[in-house]
Amino acid sequence: MNFTLHIWRQKSPTDEGRTTTYDARDISPDMSFLEMLDVVNDELIEKGQEPIAFDSDCREGICGSCCLMINGIPHGPERGVATCQTYMRVFRDGQEIYIEPWRARAFPLLKDLIVDRGAFDRIVQAGGYVSVNTGGAQDGNCLPVAKTDAERAMDAAACIGCGACVAACKNASAMLFTAAKVSHLALLPQGQPERHARVRNMVEQMDREGFGNCTNYFECEAACPKEISVQFIAQLNREYLAACLEGEGEK
Amino acid sequence: MKLDPQIPSGPMAEKWDRHRFEMKLVNPANKRKFRILVVGTGLAGGSAAATLAELGYNVDCFCFQDSPRRAHSIAAQGGINSAKNYQNDGDSIRRLFYDTVKGGDFRSREANVYRLAQVSVNIIDQCVAQGVPFAREYGGQLFNRSFGGAQVSRTFYCRGQTGQQLLLGAYQAMSRQIQTGRIQMHPRTEMLDLVVVDGRARGIVVRDLVSGRIQSYSGDAVVLATGGYSPVFYLSTNAKGCNVTATFRAYKRGAAFANPCFTQIHPTCIPVTGDHQSKLTLMSESLRNDGRIWVPKDGGDRRAPGQIPEAERDYYLERKYPSFGNLAPRDIASRAAKEVCDEGRGVGDGGRGVYLDFADSIRRLGEHTIRERYGELFPMYQRITGEDGIQQPMRIYPAPHYTMGGLWVDYNLMSTVPGLFVVGEANFSDHGANRLGASALMQGLADGYFILPYTLSNYLASNKQTPAPVEGADFKRCEADVRARIDRLLFIKGKRSAQAIHRQAGRLMWDQCGMARSEQSLKKALNEIPAIREEFWKNVSVTGGGGELNQALEYAGRVADFLEFAELLCHDALDRDESCGAHFRIEHQMPDGEAKRNDEQYSYVSAWEYAGDDKAPILHKEPLVFEEVHPSVRSYK
Ligand SMILES: Cc1cc2nc3c(=O)[nH]c(=O)nc-3n(C[C@H](O)[C@H](O)[C@H](O)COP(=O)(O)OP(=O)(O)OC[C@H]3O[C@@H](n4cnc5c(N)ncnc54)[C@H](O)[C@@H]3O)c2cc1C
Ligand code: FES
Repeated sequence: MNFTLHIWRQKSPTDEGRTTTYDARDISPDMSFLEMLDVVNDELIEKGQEPIAFDSDCREGICGSCCLMINGIPHGPERGVATCQTYMRVFRDGQEIYIEPWRARAFPLLKDLIVDRGAFDRIVQAGGYVSVNTGGAQDGNCLPVAKTDAERAMDAAACIGCGACVAACKNASAMLFTAAKVSHLALLPQGQPERHARVRNMVEQMDREGFGNCTNYFECEAACPKEISVQFIAQLNREYLAACLEGEGEK
Repeated sequence: MKLDPQIPSGPMAEKWDRHRFEMKLVNPANKRKFRILVVGTGLAGGSAAATLAELGYNVDCFCFQDSPRRAHSIAAQGGINSAKNYQNDGDSIRRLFYDTVKGGDFRSREANVYRLAQVSVNIIDQCVAQGVPFAREYGGQLFNRSFGGAQVSRTFYCRGQTGQQLLLGAYQAMSRQIQTGRIQMHPRTEMLDLVVVDGRARGIVVRDLVSGRIQSYSGDAVVLATGGYSPVFYLSTNAKGCNVTATFRAYKRGAAFANPCFTQIHPTCIPVTGDHQSKLTLMSESLRNDGRIWVPKDGGDRRAPGQIPEAERDYYLERKYPSFGNLAPRDIASRAAKEVCDEGRGVGDGGRGVYLDFADSIRRLGEHTIRERYGELFPMYQRITGEDGIQQPMRIYPAPHYTMGGLWVDYNLMSTVPGLFVVGEANFSDHGANRLGASALMQGLADGYFILPYTLSNYLASNKQTPAPVEGADFKRCEADVRARIDRLLFIKGKRSAQAIHRQAGRLMWDQCGMARSEQSLKKALNEIPAIREEFWKNVSVTGGGGELNQALEYAGRVADFLEFAELLCHDALDRDESCGAHFRIEHQMPDGEAKRNDEQYSYVSAWEYAGDDKAPILHKEPLVFEEVHPSVRSYK
């Protein structure tokens, strides 16, 4: 297969950036999208030109490193997969493909297709944990958890923190990401003692990072490689409201 | 170099307890005066960093990904072992200990393994308390499944994403400490050298992967938790970024490298399909709970799997190993797959594959249960191969997966360089010549949560150190070395990409030093590696500059280390003139093709000392003494 690629190139955060066109030739339909880019990059390197910078690591859809906007859709046309799990067989031979970085104020661009998603880490640092030190935990089976609760918590915990939800949202909102972590812990008995403080602190950090508001377009769910449900956003709203009504301050 | 494993005296079951009592403590008020450098944020590094910070130490923590949550532990699928005996099926600390020593083909240190089995019980409690959403029974109790090499159900899991959930637990614990300021996190930062001052590990030299800045950090101790080196074979189940750089550079600064030839080839991976692949994908071993492995009885049988009647199928693991069947340990299952494919009975294009068939389990339990039990695995298989693993059997083949070898450590997890501790897959660990499934997550968390925090405190309390400022001569020398190496890479401006050379070297390693090795194949590899290395240093193309985000440069640096390390691996494989666990020398096999150990001559840990770039490495031996488990022929029949 052959493709024409239009790729965002930007040398540094201060560089203006532009779209550059490349040919990808003799691509096997069994290649992943990133393996296709590897081929293009190898050719560039062998010609002494700088390869296209993009993030990736596990290449099996779990680490959340890869993050490309492909023809305007985060992670490309297939639903429920990350960029690294998108295979070239889903494109037409000869197709033009536009590749862009995530665009959001809270994700500053570092180079080409690489952005800084440190804001997500800071949201978790604001309270996305159970405050328990190592040692001294009671026996695991002393804390029964209904199977349905455990399953639902797992549905939320499956988030890989890639940022597709933010990239898909026209407000660049991080609600789905934050909702997933808040819900994961709110659904489990372990998360109860800090339930209110957690949601308040995380939501406030989210706002400080410059993410937009959620206006219920739900593009995030469609773009999420783990298909995390927007029902968790409803849960986050309930949690936040309850926490505010209770009026508990900073931890 | 002297190897002292520091194994405490006394009965096996009391060693760790006694040692904990004898170790010195650091006064709580003094802990904040110490700074510890932790490189790596996987299960081992993440749990260590969080726990050390909770205790009150200052921690600087480093990883090359953009967030600590993306360390490769995230990709572990199947589960984590623990001797809880919740299933009441006869498990115990002693049984987990026994299974692990036997699974490792009697090439691990008994005292370490016993301690691992002991603390395995605390790990599950800790993870549950953090909110890890383990699989549950309807009554709310924790659920278990079985893994290879064991006849009890002791594996805890979170769908097919156990590593992710355990890592998020450790990451959350770290995040809490980052918030308090006790951990300074340095993502997108790569360690490129270890700084040894007056014979002690006192710092590291790193490159900021965004700005390209070379910088040193100084501390009272250094902890490496940098994972395994499977990509020495190029194609493996590891992430693109997994590398040997941190451990190999520590080796060059005096840390002995142990058992580099013990590399695990995982039996159930999606087969190679072409030249373009950048990695291979694992299909968790847990699938062998419900999947049956088979090939056609006759070579050249090209019928679709559904067309082949029962009587013409060979369920070869069940046939050869009736008591463990499809749950035979990895090394054995991998070799058996290779054997049937070598006989021409492999399936799929190229004949390098065997079937993993769920039909019987689906009949017994229903499609829904099977899909639910394995979560992401079936969709993942379908996306990569375009086939549905429920409608027809999966095709699988072995692939490089895990490295039992790593930096040598004593019972305290300290390397031969005082003050340099090594945890997780990066150390030569507790798995001997073969690791059992679901034991790496257990070991990483045991090291980080429950062992290192004690032994490191003991080291700090026992050794008075003066400050080692980064302005010192040793730091400056290391920084200059790192800069010179980067300049050298940028200066070559050759014609080939680092990836092309990595692929070439990886294929050589897989063919000559993979699932089966011989004196002849190893000598061939040892002969050819230097030529590839020379080609690399003459003809690699590294574009861009050193003072910027430059992925070509990062990757080339890692490949350069693999090209040197590959030689060490082959030296070790050549020295070990026996078969044991995953190390299979075709000269040494039983009449039925099983690995033939030679305990009289090779019951030792090989620990290699760096002697200089143009000199052969020096072998040191740590004899292995077995007091509890008598080495026997490992039988799974
Ligand atoms: C696909 C797959 C599935 C698996 N499934 C299971 C399973 O079900 N059960 C099980 O028990 N085990 C499993 N394993 C094995 C297990 O996941 C690993 O052995 C274990 O997670 C390793 O953890 P670690 O903390 O030692 O290293 P890693 O998680 O690999 O972490 C390494 C860390 O070191 C950092 N690092 C590396 N080099 C440098 C450097 N030079 N400078 C700075 N930072 C650096 C990285 O950024 C990263 O943070 C699996 C492995 C794979 C590949
Ligand atoms: S590279 Fe890990 S999710 Fe895509």
